[in-house]
Amino acid sequence: MSSLELLGIKKRYGDSEILKGIDISVDAGEFLVLVGPSGCGKSTLLNIIAGLDTATEGDVRIGGRSVRDEHPSERDIAMVFQSYALYPNMTVAQNISFGMEMRKVPKPERERAIQDASKLLQIEHLLGRRPGQLSGGQRQRVAMGRALVRNPKIFLFDEPLSNLDAQLRLDMRTEIKKLHQRLGATIVYVTHDQIEAMTLATRIAVMRNGELQQLGTPAEVYSEPVNLFVAGFMGSPRMNLAPGRLVQAGNELVLEIQAGEQPKVAIALPSQPEAVRAYAGREIIAGLRAEAISYGAVSGNGPRRTMNATVEVTEPTGADTLAVLMVGGHEMTARLQPDFPLRAGQQGEFGIDLGKLIFFEPKGGQRIK
Amino acid sequence: MAEAAWETPKMARGRGNRWSRVIIYGLLAFFALVYLLPLVVMLLTSLKPLPEIYAGNMIALPQEWTVEPWRKAWEEVCVGLACHGIKGYFWNSIKMAFFGVTISTAIGALNGYVLTKWRFRGDNLLFGLILFGCFIPFQIVLIPMATILGKLGLASSTTGLVLVHVTYGIAFTTLFFRNYYAVFPDELVKAAMMDGARFWAIFFRILLPSSGPIIAVSMIWQFTNIWNDFLFGASFSTGESAPMTVALNNVVNTSTAEREYNVHMAAAVIAALPTLLVYVFGGRYFVRGLMAGSVKG
Repeated sequence: MSSLELLGIKKRYGDSEILKGIDISVDAGEFLVLVGPSGCGKSTLLNIIAGLDTATEGDVRIGGRSVRDEHPSERDIAMVFQSYALYPNMTVAQNISFGMEMRKVPKPERERAIQDASKLLQIEHLLGRRPGQLSGGQRQRVAMGRALVRNPKIFLFDEPLSNLDAQLRLDMRTEIKKLHQRLGATIVYVTHDQIEAMTLATRIAVMRNGELQQLGTPAEVYSEPVNLFVAGFMGSPRMNLAPGRLVQAGNELVLEIQAGEQPKVAIALPSQPEAVRAYAGREIIAGLRAEAISYGAVSGNGPRRTMNATVEVTEPTGADTLAVLMVGGHEMTARLQPDFPLRAGQQGEFGIDLGKLIFFEPKGGQRIK
Repeated sequence: MAEAAWETPKMARGRGNRWSRVIIYGLLAFFALVYLLPLVVMLLTSLKPLPEIYAGNMIALPQEWTVEPWRKAWEEVCVGLACHGIKGYFWNSIKMAFFGVTISTAIGALNGYVLTKWRFRGDNLLFGLILFGCFIPFQIVLIPMATILGKLGLASSTTGLVLVHVTYGIAFTTLFFRNYYAVFPDELVKAAMMDGARFWAIFFRILLPSSGPIIAVSMIWQFTNIWNDFLFGASFSTGESAPMTVALNNVVNTSTAEREYNVHMAAAVIAALPTLLVYVFGGRYFVRGLMAGSVKG
């Protein structure tokens, strides 16, 4: 296991720039998830780490040493592909040991490694079968086994769960996390699924259009998004983003939300940092997570305030109920208790946790902080 | 009954259907007979003594069965001026076909591999140019080919014929393998690369073992073409080095004495036998291979 550094990685195909200077560095043993919508360059970046693609500019360092000029076979990296990429002509055991065979590992050692890996992944009974005779989940395990036995410096996962059905995906997700904890391996994992990113990562790199938007722990990325894109992309349901206006009223700032002919909603804010106060009298975009809204009036002078809202739709998920509320003409989703009593069309009082309210610039979408 | 309802389509039942079946199978049998007739006549003629042929009916069964014409065709019949039978020419063809088929298939596989998995600037243009070779009529290349074979010192030799057939076959075999490998998942090649395999290891350990169906197609196609070729054989070989097809022509077109139809027919059946066998045993692989698009991994 090794640390990984990406220094100013750029990739151009002709005139189009796929990666626009990516800098990421992770320590040994970290689980880095590259996440972003399709076409954001995350897979290209993974291929550059693997050596299957070359960067136009920049350097890749593994364990502090540049591997820019090394062939993929020399980098000591193992990769699990989206399609699993098991060799169809070989048995499971042969698939797993092929990498060791190519590296001239002696046979007894190979046998032992196959046994260890297959025991760990519970695929011992499959060793004699061919990939065509396996189910999706079994193929997934074999593909991981093939990576495991190599004991590489870094594991790369390219959307490994996207071909599995929903239930299996959850199981394998847990499995991968367990594996990471047991092996303490350095893992780079590509996905477009932000839930996978949140659950697996020790660090998340959110990408869009070839640019790194934010690199941080799951908690940072979730509650302190640096811009509107990250705020909207991470988390389910999405963060509520409402355009509004900051108004100075005496000592305090008031957030006014109004769209079209709807009645205005004004929320008095607790004390705000300098950067936010500078926006007094201007348009801003307010961001609030669904779980920062609760049902029922709140009292006192803390960061929690009460507002009136109309329920548009309720979506019970079992563990909790998502309610879409109409606030000053804007829809806001609230994550509420499962026994939430109101129906669509009814009005009620809701508490909002203003300590969790964050603001973005309406033009560039950057966080105001 | 419930099972039969979905196992057999409703169409296949009923009185009206019985008649349409009779008509369909009747027509099929009739045409099968028409197409088989020449082969039957050839076989019957080759098993009759000569006087019986001159005396009687082509389709009649032999009154006296004999394999003498077969022995004679194999060992004694005169091909041009030499009278050693066709066996030497048969082996010429076997040699020519064996090397022609294996070499052109091997090169085609390698070409297909490089053109799909090691893409380079202008690879599609190159493939287009190779493909062009499929559409060049044989006659056009005869004279330049003769010149080249002469310069190489391979004129009138089986080696020369192998070279000609390999050259001509590469266009087709490359086409087969390129299209087969084009849908072979790139991720497998990448995975092998990460596993430490290089160019040849990927080819021999990953791609080739999964290429059974297309190898069958390529070999059947090439074998049939090379074995049945007459033009190149007649143009670039003389005397003892001639392939089977040319020898057969020389047997049949001999102007001496009476025509031994039974021997001619035996020789013709021998000449046709290998392709016939390939068709009977390999035909299904040919269709299957052409259909096989991708490798499901």
